Amino acid sequence: MSTLTETPSAPATARTYAAYSRPFWQRVVFSREFAVIALLIAAIVYSRSQVDYFDGPQTMYYLFRDSASILLLALPMTAIIITGEIDLSVASTVGLTSVAFGMLHNDAGLSAMVAAILAIGIGALCGAFNGFLVAYVGLPSIAVTIGTLALFRGIAAGLLGTESRTDFPDGWTDWAKQRIVEDQPYPMILIPFVILAIAFALLLHFSPFGRGVFEIGLNDEAAHFTGVDVARTKAILFVLAGTVAGFVGIYTTLVTGVARAENSQGLELQVIAAVLLGGVSIFGGKGALHGVIAGVLLIGVIQRAMLLNGQTINIINITIGVLLVLSVMSTSLLALARRVIEASRGARTSGRASGSDKTAPASGR
Amino acid sequence: MTTDIQPSAVSPAQRVVKNLLRSRELAVAVVLVLLIAVTTIKSDSFLFGSTGWRDLLLTPSMLILLAVGQTCVIITRNVDLSVGSTMGLTAYLTGRLFIDTNLPIIAVVLAGVLMGAGLGLINGVLVAFGRVPALVITLGTMYIYRGAFLTWAGSDRINASDMPRAFKDLGTDSILGIPILTIVALAVLCAVGYYLRTARGGRELYAIGSDPDAAELYGLKVNRRILFAFVLSGALAGLAGVVSAARFGTVSSSVGTGIELEAVGAAVIGGVAIFGGSGTVWGAALGAFLLVTINRSLPVLGISGFWQQAVVGALIVGAIVLDRVLVNRQERALVAARDTRSGSTHQGPPSLAPVVPSSTPGSDSESEEVVR
Repeated sequence: MSTLTETPSAPATARTYAAYSRPFWQRVVFSREFAVIALLIAAIVYSRSQVDYFDGPQTMYYLFRDSASILLLALPMTAIIITGEIDLSVASTVGLTSVAFGMLHNDAGLSAMVAAILAIGIGALCGAFNGFLVAYVGLPSIAVTIGTLALFRGIAAGLLGTESRTDFPDGWTDWAKQRIVEDQPYPMILIPFVILAIAFALLLHFSPFGRGVFEIGLNDEAAHFTGVDVARTKAILFVLAGTVAGFVGIYTTLVTGVARAENSQGLELQVIAAVLLGGVSIFGGKGALHGVIAGVLLIGVIQRAMLLNGQTINIINITIGVLLVLSVMSTSLLALARRVIEASRGARTSGRASGSDKTAPASGR
Repeated sequence: MTTDIQPSAVSPAQRVVKNLLRSRELAVAVVLVLLIAVTTIKSDSFLFGSTGWRDLLLTPSMLILLAVGQTCVIITRNVDLSVGSTMGLTAYLTGRLFIDTNLPIIAVVLAGVLMGAGLGLINGVLVAFGRVPALVITLGTMYIYRGAFLTWAGSDRINASDMPRAFKDLGTDSILGIPILTIVALAVLCAVGYYLRTARGGRELYAIGSDPDAAELYGLKVNRRILFAFVLSGALAGLAGVVSAARFGTVSSSVGTGIELEAVGAAVIGGVAIFGGSGTVWGAALGAFLLVTINRSLPVLGISGFWQQAVVGALIVGAIVLDRVLVNRQERALVAARDTRSGSTHQGPPSLAPVVPSSTPGSDSESEEVVR
C-alpha cells in the first residue's frame, strides 16, 4: 500500500528495492544463512569446551554418518521449497527404495549394482509421479505428497510386511561405514554428498534453471511470462528429489544392514525442519544451500551434544521443535519489533504520517 | 433489469436431490456401504457378529473426532499436524489423573478436553499472530508436544488396572446398540456441522479460507476465528485422547503416532479442499469412517493388512485428482452456461451481449446459482 502512494512522487527511474546498496561483505555477513553458520560454529565451540567426549574421535564421525541422509535429502528439498512447493513423501520413497533394493538383490538374485540402479530408478519414478501430479495436473503439493507419503510407505509395507532383508555384499556395507582417510572423522558418504552439494549449488545458484526456481517461488505467473517453463521446472525438481531419495534408500540399507519398510520413517519432517532452520522461506523464493547445510549440521551437533550430556531423545526433539518455531517466527518477530519502534516514533512526530496512511487503502483500491 | 435476476428454474426439492447426488459425501458413503457389504458377504461376523457391529461403529470414533477438528482448521486454509501428539498427551493425562487423584470421571474428561484446547491455543496464537504458515508451526509443536509426552511418561505406561471400572465401561457399553463413544463422536459431529453451516462464526471460517485478504478487508476478525479453529481442533484432539484411553484401557507411548496424517487424509477424502474454503465435516467424518473400515476389512477380504496404508494413500491421491477433474468440468459448465444465457435472454444480437451492461447482473446471478 505504501509503495502505491509513494511511487507517483518518486522519479520513475528510482529503484524501489535496496539490493546492492550495501557492500559485498555486508550482504554476505548480515544474512539469515550467515546467522545459522555462526550459530553452528558457536554450538560446536560450546560443545567442544563444555560437553565431555564431544571432541572425541568418534563423535564427528557418527555426526556425519547419521546426518548424511538428512544432508542428502535436504539438497533437492531446498529447491522444492524455494519454488513454494513441498515434498512430504521423500522418507517414504527412502523406505520403498530400501525395500526394493533388498528384495531385488536377495529375492530376485540380481547383483547389488543392478539392484541399486533399479532402486534409484524406482525412486526417480516416485518423484516423477509426484512431479506429474503437482506440475502438470496442478494439484497442491502438500495434499499430493501426504497421499504419496502413505502410498509409497504402504507399498513398501505391503511388499515386505514386517520381514526384512539383511544379506548384502560385505564390500558394499563396509564401504558405507568406511572413513575416507583412516583415523579422520569423515565417512565415505561425504564424497557423494559433496559432489551432489556442488552440483545442486551450481544448479540452484549459478544457472538459468536456478534463477527460474527462485522466480517461480517469488511469483510463478511472472516466471511464466519471462519464459520459465514452470511446470517442467517443478517436475524436474520432484524427480531429482525422488532420485536422491532412492540413493539415500540404498545408503540407509547399507549403513544399517537391513532393508525394511520402516526405514527412515518420519525423516521427512526432520528434513523440512532442517531446511527451514537453514533460512529457506516456506513461502518460497528465498534461501541458499550453505544455510541449509549449516542448518542440518546444527541440528546434528545439538543432538550429539545433548546425547553425550545424557539427555533423552525426547528433550532433544523438544529443543528441535522450539528451534524450528523460533527460527520461522524470527522474521515476523523482527518485523513486529520494527513496527512497534516505528509506531512509537510516528506517534511522537506528527499526525501527518498517520493521515496519509489512512488514505492509502482508498487510493490503492 | 430486475427481471434478469431469477431464482433457479428447478424446484427446491429437485435442487436438494440434485445437489445431494452430486455431493462428495454421498459418493464416500456409497463406497463405504459397498465396502461393508462386500466384506460382510465374505464374512458374516464383520457386521452381524457380536463384536463386529460394535467394532464397526466404535473404532472410527477417535478418527472422526480428529477429522472434525482438522476440517475446521483446513477450511481456514491452515493445517494442524500436532493433533496426534496432543492426543497422546491428553490420553496420558487422563491416566495420570486417575492414578494420582480421585477426581470424578466427568472432571477428568473435562481436564483432557481443556488440556487439548490449551495446546491448540498455543498453535493458534503462534499461527495467527506469528504470520507463519500453520504447516511449519504445527510441525514444530508436533515435535514439542510429543517430546513433552514422552518425557513426562518416561518408560511407564498406564495399565487397565489403573483406571476405574466405570470409565473403561464407557469404552465398551452401548445404548440401543450404539456404543457410547460413537454417540459422543456423532454428537460432536452434529454440533460442529450445524455450527459451520448456520452460525456466523462457521460461515466466517469458510470466508477466511476462500480468501484471507478479502476476509480481512471485509472486516472479519480473521485472527480470532483462526485462533478459535485451532482451539477447537486441539480440544477435539484432547477428547480423542480421552476416548482412546477409555477404548483401549491402556495408554502406551505410541498413542496417536502418525494419526495426524490420517486425519488430514480423512478430510481430503471427504472432499475438504486442502486450500480452504470448501468441504464439510460430514464428508470428513465419512472419510474417517472409510479409512478405519478399510483398515479392518482388508484382512477379511484376504488382502494382507500391510497393504492398508497403500490403499489409504491411493485413496487420498485419487480423491484429489477426482476433485480437480470435477472442478474443471464445473468450470467448463459455468462458461457454457454463461455463454448460452447471455445469448438467449437478450433480444439484441448475441455478439453484442457481453458489452451490454444489463447482461452482467443476469449472468452473475446465474453463475452464483450454479456455484451454490
